Amino acid sequence: MSIVMPETAVVSKHLAFGYQTDQEPRSLVIKDLDLEIETGLFVSIMGHNGSGKSTLAKLLNGLLTPSQGVLVVCGFDASNNETVWEIRHHVGMVFQNPDNQIVGPTVEDDVAFGLENRGVPPEEMRVRIDEALQSVHMQSFSQAQPHRLSGGQKQRVAIAGIMAIRPSVIILDEATAMLDPMARKEVMALAHRLHREEGITVINITHFPEETLHSDRIIVMHDGKVVLDGTPAAVFAEAERLQAIGLDVPLAVRLRQALVSNGVAMPLVLEREELVRELCKLLSKT
Amino acid sequence: MNVLQNFAIGQYVPGRSFVHLLDPRSKLLFVLAFAILVFLANNWQTYTVLVVFTLSAVAVARISPGYLVRSLKPVWFLILLTIILHLLSTKGGAVYFSWGWLTIEEQGVKQAVFISLRLTLLVLISSLLTLTTSPLDLTDGMERLLSPLKKIKVPVHEISLMLSIALRFIPTLLEETDKIIKAQMARGADLDSGNLLKRAKNLVPITVPLFISAFRRAEELAWAMEARGYRGGSGRTRLRQLRFSWRDAVAALMILLILGLLGWWRA
Repeated sequence: MSIVMPETAVVSKHLAFGYQTDQEPRSLVIKDLDLEIETGLFVSIMGHNGSGKSTLAKLLNGLLTPSQGVLVVCGFDASNNETVWEIRHHVGMVFQNPDNQIVGPTVEDDVAFGLENRGVPPEEMRVRIDEALQSVHMQSFSQAQPHRLSGGQKQRVAIAGIMAIRPSVIILDEATAMLDPMARKEVMALAHRLHREEGITVINITHFPEETLHSDRIIVMHDGKVVLDGTPAAVFAEAERLQAIGLDVPLAVRLRQALVSNGVAMPLVLEREELVRELCKLLSKT
Repeated sequence: MNVLQNFAIGQYVPGRSFVHLLDPRSKLLFVLAFAILVFLANNWQTYTVLVVFTLSAVAVARISPGYLVRSLKPVWFLILLTIILHLLSTKGGAVYFSWGWLTIEEQGVKQAVFISLRLTLLVLISSLLTLTTSPLDLTDGMERLLSPLKKIKVPVHEISLMLSIALRFIPTLLEETDKIIKAQMARGADLDSGNLLKRAKNLVPITVPLFISAFRRAEELAWAMEARGYRGGSGRTRLRQLRFSWRDAVAALMILLILGLLGWWRA
């Protein structure tokens, strides 16, 4: 199956969205959003609760319809009721609660769900299910019942269900928020591997700053708007702005910030290893 | 300790016997046919045919008799009651026992044995179905068998999807109930004292959070299903395919054989 994918996975122009309410004029959750996400990138969208990041995720998959503006995902209009099904062919979504997105009574049945919906013949389903489970290292669990799996394993099954439909974009909508630190690392490593090896565009929506460090690009949202957009280095260089809108920054960035404000000259570091290296350099200088 | 840990859905005993490997559709049809045939039996010969057949089916399924005895537990009182009523009320034939107005007569004994046997056989054969068929296969079989009803607008696919989602979520909701019970107990809820009314009231702090959470789950599940491209039953294919094999032909022959024998020996 070779579809020529457009250069940009997501294009939005003046996108706005507000939940329908009976009372008061509805308040917009997404306000006048202009966004462009190139195909093949690993993009993180960061923002605290209520910043509109999860609403954006639902818009990207056609689960919500834009109130105003244009949103084109994988070349299809996300506000048209017919083309949203095309978008869902190309865009897979992993949700926050691992329990509430597994439909099948066994792992295998669950991975099959998306394929069944698309009318894939049963023989081909077998092949694709095996491939998908292999890509998330869950082959040995194909007959397991979902409630017997750990949170991280459930999220891997959810990802397998998406991989089986061979998507070009995967959206992780706070997929690690309910997991323990080990499982969180595991799921993120899987997302990065699928991005690297299968060339899938990954949009990771999160409020954990550590998870965004290895992205190609970080988009920071606040109050329905994009406030920062760039490489991790560029975004975390503005640590004060992040903190001002209530976002955490990685430990290394925070420590470096404290050192700099105390008069220690030090380049920007994002990761613990870099931090250690820089600190060692400082030590050997003194 | 987990309060609800030992709860199992259905009573499926995994195995690879002849009966296990039968197509769920033929097992369902078989039980249905058998339930009708049981009512055709009316004398010693015909009941012997049914008993012999049921016992050999149990033997072929390699299900330990303990499970079947257990399956009779909810109905033993009914069986006992049937026996007593028939012993005392059905008259006719030789009198075996009499004490005042109380008599036990030949017809009474016969009817008591026959009717209780009828009940027992029905329970045994249907337990054999649930013991040898996983709940999933059962729902699948039912969906296929009922699919002609789609023509008269019966939502067969939706019903079957509901059943299968229910099967998927029963363990999850049980775990949740367990958590809520513990949380409420930790807050001092007294769950098992007082009379019936009091106890029913005690359940409110458990059912309310459980329902709220179940509704939230349902909503999120609906999002997830839509995101995964679910748009109803039409145009859907299925991973689980059901295929009839020689075993199902054997089962069909058995039913014909029983029918033949009953027809022949029936009084």
